[in-house]
Amino acid sequence: MDRKLDYKVIVGLEIHVQLCTRSKMFCGCAVEFGAEPNSLVCPVCLGMPGVLPVMNKQAVEYAVLVGLALNCKVASFTKWDRKSYYYPDLPKNYQISQYDLPLARDGYIEIGLGGASGAGRTKKVGIIRVHLEEDAGKNLHTAGNFTQVDLNRTGTPLLEIVTKPDINSGAEARALAIELQRIVQYLGVSEGDMQKGHMRFEPNVNLLITRDGREFATPIVEIKNLNSFRALERSIDYEEHRQLHEFLETGQVMEPGTKTTRGWDADREVTVLQREKEEAHDYRYFPDPDLVPLELSEQWVEDIRGRLCELPLARQTRYVQQYGLSEYDAGVLTGERATADFFEAVVEAGGEPKRVCNLLTQVGLKLANERGCGVDGLGLTAGRVAELAKMVEAGQVSAGASATIFEAMTKSEKEPCVLAEELDLKQKSDAGELEAIIEQVLAENPQAVQDVKSGGKKSKKAAGYLLGQVMQKTGGRANPKVASEILGRKLR
Amino acid sequence: MQMEQLSARELRDRIIGGQTSSVEATEWVFERIERLDGVVGAYITTYQQRALERAAQIDRRIAAGDKVGRLAGVPLAVKDNICTRFGRTTCGSRILEDFHSPYDATVIERLESAGAVIVGKTNLDEFAMGSSTENSGLQRTVNPWDTSRVPGGSSGGSAVAVAAGLCYAALGSDTGGSIRQPAGFCGVVGLKPTYGRVSRYGLVAYGSSLDQIGPISRTVEDAALLLSVIAGHDPADSTSVDEATSAARDYLDKLDEPVEPLRIGVVPGLTAGAEASVQQAVSRAIEQYTDIGAEVVEVELAHSEYAIAAYYVIATAEASSNLARYDGVHYGYRSETAEDYVAVYSRSRAEAFGKEVKRRIMLGTYALSSGYYDAYYLKALRVRNLIRSDFAEAFKRCDCIVMPVSPTTAFRLGQKVDDPLTMYLSDVYTISANLAGIPGLSIPCGFDEQGLPIGLQILGPTFSEDRLLRIARMYEKETDWHTRRPRLEARGPDGP
Repeated sequence: MDRKLDYKVIVGLEIHVQLCTRSKMFCGCAVEFGAEPNSLVCPVCLGMPGVLPVMNKQAVEYAVLVGLALNCKVASFTKWDRKSYYYPDLPKNYQISQYDLPLARDGYIEIGLGGASGAGRTKKVGIIRVHLEEDAGKNLHTAGNFTQVDLNRTGTPLLEIVTKPDINSGAEARALAIELQRIVQYLGVSEGDMQKGHMRFEPNVNLLITRDGREFATPIVEIKNLNSFRALERSIDYEEHRQLHEFLETGQVMEPGTKTTRGWDADREVTVLQREKEEAHDYRYFPDPDLVPLELSEQWVEDIRGRLCELPLARQTRYVQQYGLSEYDAGVLTGERATADFFEAVVEAGGEPKRVCNLLTQVGLKLANERGCGVDGLGLTAGRVAELAKMVEAGQVSAGASATIFEAMTKSEKEPCVLAEELDLKQKSDAGELEAIIEQVLAENPQAVQDVKSGGKKSKKAAGYLLGQVMQKTGGRANPKVASEILGRKLR
Repeated sequence: MQMEQLSARELRDRIIGGQTSSVEATEWVFERIERLDGVVGAYITTYQQRALERAAQIDRRIAAGDKVGRLAGVPLAVKDNICTRFGRTTCGSRILEDFHSPYDATVIERLESAGAVIVGKTNLDEFAMGSSTENSGLQRTVNPWDTSRVPGGSSGGSAVAVAAGLCYAALGSDTGGSIRQPAGFCGVVGLKPTYGRVSRYGLVAYGSSLDQIGPISRTVEDAALLLSVIAGHDPADSTSVDEATSAARDYLDKLDEPVEPLRIGVVPGLTAGAEASVQQAVSRAIEQYTDIGAEVVEVELAHSEYAIAAYYVIATAEASSNLARYDGVHYGYRSETAEDYVAVYSRSRAEAFGKEVKRRIMLGTYALSSGYYDAYYLKALRVRNLIRSDFAEAFKRCDCIVMPVSPTTAFRLGQKVDDPLTMYLSDVYTISANLAGIPGLSIPCGFDEQGLPIGLQILGPTFSEDRLLRIARMYEKETDWHTRRPRLEARGPDGP
């Protein structure tokens, strides 16, 4: 192709997040995953004749909290609408949702672009709307010719978040999804557990192609029901290439009625056409007469705003600036709110931030992961971890030894210095004791001593070798700094 | 005094006083049901055994000196679109013909905890859609004053059960006149409370923003008694009104105190379309009010001519959505021939819904369709607001507005079934109250030359039921219409 061609991927996301309220959106049934089918139901969520919905106030507060975290304007007046469509997992054959007056609108989410080149760079993606609705049940196709319906999920509060088409790659979409997961987990409004389907994505993807100075937009493709970060990223990447090829082959551009719906085949890693033309869906929205409109007083919204915490990305950035941590480490520490809170408590207790970071990221999170808990659940107080960090900082124990002590601390109430003694892990910093050992090493390695003293190429390597010998003789407990000093003095 | 002459309140007093028992009253009711319901067809289901057990229970509690409720031992009927845990709840529809509700409506809980004995569930137009009870998919109900005529609807079964002495009082539901119109046709008292006064939880929805449950009874006092029991906020119904903002719960308290001074609003020209006998009876009633000191005030309801049009958009729009759940998937009738889920929907609904229900579902679906929503639904809502403010304006100048319940007395069976528009027009005077959410009461005010009852409708501002009942009671004291009973026995199978 000799013509000049350039293109940009345009992605808007529709994200559903299941909220972790105790009860369902419009009835008192428990919200739980994995219960016996149709055991968490009542006449209301079953859509029995004569039942009426009653709004779950906590779900509204959770939704407002997310709206505020996404920098949205929260509506002062909103209402509930019925969205009509027939499907067996929807017992009323309408879904209670919000149509023209969403709970929150016009905000943005800031995402870190990460990666080697993107470190520290962020991007704002516009949020069009955030609204609350009830989830449907599940059709189970596991009984031969019959489809069974499990209505446990029916009526679970579901947050729908719609972004502007500000996303320009699969990787950005993934970063946004992960950031949103971190936010809802930080706010405590959703477990954000991908395995349990707590977050579902539907990207709208097309390309803006420039060829010979002219712009072309390819037809929009909506990819349905993605429930992993990987599928989100890969399906957008796939569409990017598929749409480019299609354009080059057919020249098809976006026109009314060209929008299609595709599904993601995770095994073959391709998108598959589901609906040729966007069917003229008529959901016949109208205000639900069974529910009164919702007025959100300024006071109420402010009360909810008071429950906002520092959001993960802001915290991550602060860790880099305030504690001098790397972007990567800051990201790991702020991945979960409990980890970050614990980290800050240890720093508050006097731990040097980088030492604390190393202890938590290299030892704490690994142990927590093995034991299926958070770092705050390892039985450690911030004070004890701070003590350990201080010991590392003061050169009393080596980094390697600190890991052993850290693990011992999770199984014992003893202070780290006591454990270090007991485990004989204290570094030898006593100059006299080390001098004797070093004398011995020098005596045993005349060639290396010669190499160091003669300077030149071999000098550095030989010095390292001698230090290694000292470490070996002390069982790794020699304070390397002190030992180097003595060696340096003697070989001068 | 004969059982038949007793009001629900009188019966309750006698049961509590030991002059009679609930079992005796209940047996008497079932004896009549057995003898006469074959003629009038008021009940879809009766619960003789359960009712007698409950009656005996109440009698035992009274004998033991326990405190009993305000409806202790009184046999009542309930319209079959109100859910009960016992028996079926059919809504007069083949699609729910064998449906058993897993829960009791709030009003059922309230009636039973007040000691009421529910004898059965009464017939209605399918899903309460109709004005003659002829749209019932299950059976026919006739007017006890003339069995060749309709009882009115949609709460026809409840009105007939009360008028024919097959219970002492009943519950109906009113979306566009469904309590007041059959009460008027059957010569009994019917009250549609303010929207939100009575919990709708367990009332199978037709037009959710219009539906209200209310009493049908022989006397104003009984209507007040039943309302006292069923009214009040219910956390299960978000549209039910908080007690704090509504008036007193005991509507019997000051019932016999006349409203003085009383300004009665009349709408000039409104009754022009009504039958002469109806016009005359209503005029006489107004004169009787002025005789006892009321002042007549002319008021305007400028937008009432648009009420029917607005109603048939709003009610059907809501119905099209409310009735979507009857699809053969989770409960109710399922077509035997359907082989995929879309056919389960379409065939089950096609086979089990009646003509009028289908008509209204289609009307409502159309009105909500994209491109038509603004022209129909939104416009109807605007009309509704205008009607609401018309009433608010009018009630600044009067305590109540008086008009006929319907333009005619009970019409013949079959007379209007094939002409839905004419049928719709029989609700011309009742529909506005539902659109405005205000309370409306129907009381007997005379008979036409054929001996058919005529109803007087009294409308009041929202949450004015206490005054409305007192105003009705003032009239009732001056007249004896409410003591007349249809001579059903003579027209029984063995009659002339």
